[in-house]
Amino acid sequence: MKIRVETNDHTARIDATGLRYRELNTVLKEIVSDGIRKVAVHGVCGQRYLGTGLGRPAEIELFGTPGNDLGAFMDGPRIIVHGNAQDGCGNTMNSGEIIIHGHAGDIAGLSARGGKIFIREDVGYRAGIHMKEYQDKKPVVVVGGTAQDFLGEYMAGGILILLGLNLNDGEYHKAKFIGTGMHGGVIYLKGNVNEYQLGKEVGIAPLEDSDRQVLQKFTGEFAAHFGYEAEELLRHEFIKLYPRWLRPYGKLYAY
Amino acid sequence: MKTYLPAKFMVERDPERCIQCQVCVNQCTFDVHRHDPDQEMVRSGEENCVGCHRCAIFCPTRALAIKRNPLDYRENYNWRPEVIEDIIKQAETGGVLLTGMGDDKSQRIYWDHLLLNASQVTNPSIDPLREPMELVTYLGQKPERVEVERHSLSLKTKIAPQVKLEVPVMFSAMSYGAVSLNVHESLARAAAEAGTLWNTGEGGLHPSLYKYGGNTIVQVASGRFGVHSEYLDAARVIEIKIGQGAKPGIGGHLPGEKVSAEVSMTRMIPQWTDALSPAPQHDIYSIEDLAQLVYALKEATDYAKPVSVKIAAVHNSAAIASGMVRAGADIIVLDGLRGATGAAPKVIRDNVGIPIELALASVDSRLMQEGMRNRASIVVSGGIRNSGDLAKAIALGADAVYIGTAALVALGCTLCQQCHTGKCAWGICTTDLALTKRVNPDIGARRLANLLRGWSLELKDILGGMGVNAVESLRGNRLHLRGVGLTDTELEILGVRMAGS
Repeated sequence: MKIRVETNDHTARIDATGLRYRELNTVLKEIVSDGIRKVAVHGVCGQRYLGTGLGRPAEIELFGTPGNDLGAFMDGPRIIVHGNAQDGCGNTMNSGEIIIHGHAGDIAGLSARGGKIFIREDVGYRAGIHMKEYQDKKPVVVVGGTAQDFLGEYMAGGILILLGLNLNDGEYHKAKFIGTGMHGGVIYLKGNVNEYQLGKEVGIAPLEDSDRQVLQKFTGEFAAHFGYEAEELLRHEFIKLYPRWLRPYGKLYAY
Repeated sequence: MKTYLPAKFMVERDPERCIQCQVCVNQCTFDVHRHDPDQEMVRSGEENCVGCHRCAIFCPTRALAIKRNPLDYRENYNWRPEVIEDIIKQAETGGVLLTGMGDDKSQRIYWDHLLLNASQVTNPSIDPLREPMELVTYLGQKPERVEVERHSLSLKTKIAPQVKLEVPVMFSAMSYGAVSLNVHESLARAAAEAGTLWNTGEGGLHPSLYKYGGNTIVQVASGRFGVHSEYLDAARVIEIKIGQGAKPGIGGHLPGEKVSAEVSMTRMIPQWTDALSPAPQHDIYSIEDLAQLVYALKEATDYAKPVSVKIAAVHNSAAIASGMVRAGADIIVLDGLRGATGAAPKVIRDNVGIPIELALASVDSRLMQEGMRNRASIVVSGGIRNSGDLAKAIALGADAVYIGTAALVALGCTLCQQCHTGKCAWGICTTDLALTKRVNPDIGARRLANLLRGWSLELKDILGGMGVNAVESLRGNRLHLRGVGLTDTELEILGVRMAGS
């Protein structure tokens, strides 16, 4: 099959219609390693692993619906999705950015060590599960809407922000088991949750000045990506969820 | 609380021989020996002794003997001392019993019930001292058939990535954090010297060991510790760890005490924090999901290296293995009941999983029946003790074996099962820098390479005795095996005939 690629200086346009992920990724890897810095891919339809294995920084705009594991193991590129993302976006990401103009499926940001994921709408189950942080690396996931159960499960680091923009005034997030097994990192939620929605390892605290600074920075970026007013996003009260113990399983064993 | 636990061992010090040099005091990490400054004497308090022999081996005058404590309970086949003492420990702590190394219970060891064949009269045996004997093994997916260009005789079929092993024995996954950096370096250097592979386990690859990447299997497990693009690029093989024989279905907790500066750097987590590996991989809830991760890793490394998938041998391993092959695994690893660990709940270690011999035979048979045995290599681990076990594993269908415990024994381990305490007196299963230097990588690599050389020579002897000159001829050739003391069902699962038949 002839793959339609138009290149122009440092930008390229790919028509992904009918391409399998391996073909599409091969083209992406080739043109990025040839020095193309901006790629627009049209007609994306379920192709997996887009952005995986791209060894250089580049900006990839995807039009359509990319498949699972978008940006898995990604190290550097920026991906903008004009559509929804499926499961596992940002899986074990090291650095880079994923900006989704729509919803994302389950396990967004699974085991990410760095990078940022901005999701304009809602996110599925187990978002931010087992995110970590290391030295200057700190993954950030900002969700415009709300999330399903097990948000931030097993979280060991990083920042998860739920802006709850599609909740009515006073409406609670519906996710349960939030932060189950959490032993690092922080979750900021707009609005409130009931005690029973939280994992037993999670504590609730009001925001301090340092939290507000963090929140301001990343909601500012979110607002810039999706055309919101940052002040408007921060108008409501936020709460902070934190791990009550850094070693939740320290007292489990007999020696 | 006063403990009701009796001492396990007695330490006998021969006063005639002891020169009060305090080597035992310095070597023991369990505070058994101490120097009494008032009386200028070394004394021993045996209640902490774990029977690791470090003091006895290093005593310059051989003044120490470690013996089992003769304090006997009334005989009881059901309520054995271990059972009683486990209850005492739990009554005193209220916790999960932790242990190290592999299952030490008396489940049947099938290797000991399998016997190898040799040539007599009707076909000649081969003397490997004078004739070439091939142990080279290639791991990876094999094509169904090969096509050759008619004139140039070059290969038309595209061959999937293969890994060449000079000897079909590799070092199994032991993470940096569970074992020390010096152990990793010993394994890496021995693997490089012997032309085989070692495995990082799930704790990342220390920067100083990237130069051994061509002999390295890197693991991607549920915690994804230290997994990043350079790590994947450095490796010869990438292994997805689903499970481990010592603790099928269980995750891992590396306690914060073991996360030193160097471990932190390699795992890419903050120092002194717990490293929790969840029980499942959260992106794998099905065979289809496994395929997704297999191909994510292939995509990330341009399809240039084989991807291995490791599971613990459990009841339905054969069906799972079939799924693993369909999911695109180039190598499948089965870790049996006796597979070891740096720390596992004892009840899991000793009660969950199945013997590797049965799992291997059933997986090999199943893949044959489904006509896809060529699509993946089979590697087995969990209690391979010597070249006899190795030869039997190959005859049952394994392409290669992993050794973990045997490798650690080569480095000094005496199976005292205290890995989980981080106090290993032999400096193997610890990150305490004062202890880790007890393993010298120059000597460690030598001991490991020696072990592999010894097994290679023995395997060649075994093959020669059978009258075959390549390990390929033994692979999956169960006619070279006979069983003794096994039931019909056991023989049927093993695909082996009774000795004498």
